[in-house]
Amino acid sequence: MTSNNKLFALIIPVISVFLGLLAGAIIMLLSGYNPIEGYSALWRGAFGDAFTIGETIRRTTPLILTGLAVAFAFRSGLFNIGAEGQVIVGWLAAVWVGLAIEAPMIIHLPLAVLAGALAGGLWGFVPGLLKAKLGVHEVIITIMMNYIALYISNEIIRSVLTDHATKTDQIASSASLASEWLQGLTYYSRIHYGFLIAIFAAVIMWFLIQRTTIGYELKAVGFNQHASKYSGMNVSKNIIISMVIAGGFAGLAGAMEGLGTYGNIHLMSGFTNLGFDGIAVALLGANNAFGVVLAALLFGVLKEGAGEMPTGAGVPTELVDIIIALIIFFVASSYIIRWALLRFKKEGK
Amino acid sequence: MRNRKFILFALLLTIGLVLAACGGGDNNENANNNNNDASGDNGNNEETTDFSAAMVTDIGGVDDKSFNQSAWEGLKAWGEDNGLSQGNGFDYAQSDAPEDYVPNITRLVRDNYDLIFGIGFELKEDIQDAAEKNENTYFGLVDDLVDSPNAVSITFKEHQGSFLVGVAAALKTETNKLGFVGGVDSPLINKFEAGFIAGAKSVNPDITVNVQYAESFGDSSKGKMIAADMYNNDIDVIYHASGGTGNGVFNEARDLKNAEPDRAIWVIGVDRDQHEEGEIGDHNVTLTSMVKRVDVAVQDVTKRAQDGDFPGGEQLEYGLEENGIAVATTNEEAMTDDIISAVEEWKEKILNGDVEVPSTRDELKAFEEAL
Repeated sequence: MTSNNKLFALIIPVISVFLGLLAGAIIMLLSGYNPIEGYSALWRGAFGDAFTIGETIRRTTPLILTGLAVAFAFRSGLFNIGAEGQVIVGWLAAVWVGLAIEAPMIIHLPLAVLAGALAGGLWGFVPGLLKAKLGVHEVIITIMMNYIALYISNEIIRSVLTDHATKTDQIASSASLASEWLQGLTYYSRIHYGFLIAIFAAVIMWFLIQRTTIGYELKAVGFNQHASKYSGMNVSKNIIISMVIAGGFAGLAGAMEGLGTYGNIHLMSGFTNLGFDGIAVALLGANNAFGVVLAALLFGVLKEGAGEMPTGAGVPTELVDIIIALIIFFVASSYIIRWALLRFKKEGK
Repeated sequence: MRNRKFILFALLLTIGLVLAACGGGDNNENANNNNNDASGDNGNNEETTDFSAAMVTDIGGVDDKSFNQSAWEGLKAWGEDNGLSQGNGFDYAQSDAPEDYVPNITRLVRDNYDLIFGIGFELKEDIQDAAEKNENTYFGLVDDLVDSPNAVSITFKEHQGSFLVGVAAALKTETNKLGFVGGVDSPLINKFEAGFIAGAKSVNPDITVNVQYAESFGDSSKGKMIAADMYNNDIDVIYHASGGTGNGVFNEARDLKNAEPDRAIWVIGVDRDQHEEGEIGDHNVTLTSMVKRVDVAVQDVTKRAQDGDFPGGEQLEYGLEENGIAVATTNEEAMTDDIISAVEEWKEKILNGDVEVPSTRDELKAFEEAL
């Protein structure tokens, strides 16, 4: 039964992706576009040359981290809708440290990355605390915290970090994750060393969840709070720890954008959507660290490749959003796929 | 049991076949594509021009009913004058998020466009970078300044146009209370704000202007909320400089007008003539619009580049003199002759240099003290 479950956990996302792409092809056909042309443009847009490969990796990096942020909290039964806000404060804190401090790279860069993670952790701590001590639902708090993060960071950029400008100066090169070597390899794409951090973070999550006592307790709380309490675990502490670590992952995603991709922070006229995409990534990745990496890569490929579709095949980019939505729909309705598979099996017997 | 395995096998085979077919198709299609492209290009060279131009939108997109759309209309007009078609001589790349700017610009450079426009101040750094890395391509940036011998900056004197619609609003208001809804609080939008307030107060110093920023160019529900609040507090004319957020302002004004057709409430549009946005039944709540002719500027620059006269390294500023800024008079019922003649009068004063329109909050303060 358990091996069956594992197989299902692997098969369902794959089938969902396949069905999503298939449905996307049908929609393209119905709206008068050539799906083969559309998908080959998508492929070229994501892997066509060194530049697009670099950009695909860059786009995947923060998605891995926000995916981890959502997946980690979900392991303890918490819905972290606040990855978005955690990304923004992480971004702000990392850039702030990058701008304000002068230090050699070996101190400056880790400090800036850490600042991002800490800020994100703090943004996860508040809903964790409220949930643990007062039982306020984390979904509501995290959604509110998103708006608080957005508006506060805009105000700080405007009044503290700059004199009423729309973006800050570039961070000191000693805090930058950007790599001229990697950029040179990929025709000046914005690829940076952050993807190593993201993969390392995935390994940490796997290790924490699967190989440590903390991880065991976090999972136990996720399965059944009352049973965990009965067996002597501190449920409140675990909820807070889970949200703080989840927030830390999302804060790192913000630091990637701030220290790697942009090298500054700009006034945001809306959410970055990295956090919200993280929810989908976690769902598709079945809340598993390595699943999340693969799901983030898929999203990165789809989103990067989408840019080529209008110019390469005349297909509107919105179609990629529809395909992503359909994939999520099929993952969420995994029950139907499971039922269909079981049905097959029964008939076979 | 055997049956089950068979089904699985069949399924795998089908998927394999489908994938193989897709793969094969890809190559063929690609080959066809390339052939088409090649022959298309050849055809072009014979018939028309081999100059090509493209633009990268900001997150508003080409259908923003605002300056992206206007820029695209200008580019399209240029292309059609030269017998080109979209994707074949001119094109646009839509950006859904700020992270799309660099890939979009790079893609257009790779596709060998001769001139690439970035629409909006958000693309400033990315256009600057691209211009430095690709010396053989021309670049243009709308709404901010770039500094490179192969790039041109296109800015507008929005404060002048905002001054004139401020004059119109001051003459139209019955409550002496005006509203200004801005997108994101930034130097660019402050230009609109300063010009509008200066214009209104030049006509009547007792007028008060309530200034609100939505912190977004795409949040129409926020725009609607701010507008509802303003109209509730006796404000009867709102000038919006907020892109898509402004759709909410129009929405609220139309709702109110629909409920009470006799109530005098007005919206002033921005960037394009937003007359259509204000239509409700037999009425129209759009008093006028501050029209920014991004299309004229884009078309003009493209034409000059095509003729080998690209104004590289220059900072072009389009204002009233260059016909880059205008005040719409489409709503004839609302824009009475008195208002139009007053607007013309002030326009003359600006052109003569009698009035120096403030473009920042500091300049506005000095301007108000001098009144």
